[in-house]
Amino acid sequence: MTPRVVFPNKVLPYLLVAPQLAITLVFFYWPAGQAFYQSMLRQDPFGLRTRFVWFANFRKVLADPAYLNSIKVTVVFSLATAIVAMCVALLLAVMAEKVVRGKGLYRTLLIWPYAVAPAIAGMLWLFLFNPSIGSLAYMLRSFGIAWDPLLNGTHAMILLVSAAAWKQISYNFLFFVAGLQAVPKTLIEAAAMDGAGETKRFWTIVFPLLAPTTFFLLVVNTVYALFDTFGIVHAVTGGGPGKATETLVYKVYNDGFVNLILGDSAAQSVILMIIVISLTAIQFRYVERKVHYG
Amino acid sequence: MIGQSSSRIFLAHAVLILGILIVAFPIYYTFVASTQTLQTILKPPLPLLPGDQFWNNYSEALFGGVGRIGGVSVGRLLLNTTVMALGIAVGKIFISILSAYAIVFFRFPLRMVFFWLIFITLMLPVEVRILPTYKVMVDLGMIDTYAGLIIPLIASATATLLFRQFFMTIPGELVEAARVDGAGPWRFFFDILLPLSRTNIAALFVILFIYGWTQYLWPLLVTNSNNMNTIVIALRRMVSFADADTQWHLVMVTAMLAIVPPILVVVLMQRWFVRGLVDSEK
Repeated sequence: MTPRVVFPNKVLPYLLVAPQLAITLVFFYWPAGQAFYQSMLRQDPFGLRTRFVWFANFRKVLADPAYLNSIKVTVVFSLATAIVAMCVALLLAVMAEKVVRGKGLYRTLLIWPYAVAPAIAGMLWLFLFNPSIGSLAYMLRSFGIAWDPLLNGTHAMILLVSAAAWKQISYNFLFFVAGLQAVPKTLIEAAAMDGAGETKRFWTIVFPLLAPTTFFLLVVNTVYALFDTFGIVHAVTGGGPGKATETLVYKVYNDGFVNLILGDSAAQSVILMIIVISLTAIQFRYVERKVHYG
Repeated sequence: MIGQSSSRIFLAHAVLILGILIVAFPIYYTFVASTQTLQTILKPPLPLLPGDQFWNNYSEALFGGVGRIGGVSVGRLLLNTTVMALGIAVGKIFISILSAYAIVFFRFPLRMVFFWLIFITLMLPVEVRILPTYKVMVDLGMIDTYAGLIIPLIASATATLLFRQFFMTIPGELVEAARVDGAGPWRFFFDILLPLSRTNIAALFVILFIYGWTQYLWPLLVTNSNNMNTIVIALRRMVSFADADTQWHLVMVTAMLAIVPPILVVVLMQRWFVRGLVDSEK
């Protein structure tokens, strides 16, 4: 970067960054530091004495079958949500690239779920699939499927994944459309002249060229499924039935706020932080690469 | 361009229409349910066309019906949510444009330290520090206040990074010309930088408004009194699938009222929305 022309003021820049810095320190760094500190403390059951226990909370959490179950639930949930949302969005984006008439209208009609809060999306889907009053549940029952997401863990998971993926389709759709537009038309025409059929053209040219978009979306969707879906879980299943849909974030909330096991909850927070940091690192490494290869 | 056979075009339209049906159906269904009587809703399957209770349900919900369920009127809930969404959008744009301005157009000790301090907050979403953040809020007396709903969410790296990226594309000659003409940093900021950033601000505003409107975990933590609930949280409290008393027709009206404002923002400001979405993820 060439040296920029700058203003020579000495005090002004500090005043300009002060508001953001103050909020960042008070609401981000201080609590994050507290989480680290708390994660190494253990209180006795009456909350009278607190001991410093180093990494004992982490050992306890990582050996806890409930926590391991929650890791499994989170992995299944995140992967399923990301894959479903991305496949549907890619299909729709490829189709939208083909049509000429009505393109704008299709786009408008496909993007609105983005504006629906995840918790509301969850509630709408639960309303549709509620065993007693949901119309779609009624249809499933008339096909002979004993559908009950309130009692059956697998059904509950399917419902959560549908709601979470539904909300994310619009986002992925917009990025896939942008990615498809960046694929050079000359390449596709050349392949067509060489006699490659449409399916073959898609899998050998378009799809590989979309790889950066796909990978980027995979990371974004995983982060979304990990963190932004707390509302869906809380509003739809509350982690149940049993612990079948208790994701990591939901468990942090539940252990900290409902069960009041502070040390464990803090240790889980720290583990989550490590997960976010690694995901962000992956994302930025990739962004770096995209810059280099143009 | 390669010619497309008409049957393939037809297939593309069919797939898109099917996709739109899936995407739009839950929202349409909610609208249908919000125009039916409670009795119709309780007996599935629901008719596919809107019923005749539109005026009844909406006026009942708006003028007292929801108040009977949650203790707070719909108007109050919408006000809380609007204040929160606008506060977050405006506040975030305000503090991040200032800090990006400082980082790009000034040289001062600790500049890069500040930049990294802001950048790292990307990796600390609320979800990973729930309990300690709650404790800070209690200590500062910010539970059940608008400030508590808004301020902790307005600091984030995305907006700052976006403005920083945009500012770096502004040629140095422009700054130099402004300085030669005797413009100070404030003059430059208001007369040159702000007008140039208009598009970015609009795009960011749409994204942040939606972000604020759809928040769930944060308002759940910092509001105890029903008076301060956002409409999303209130809706969650109104819904009880086990409870036979749930006033479904009013719940559906409330759900519509919670969904429609952000959808209108997205659809009417589509150009900015798409731009903001793509830019803020770069």
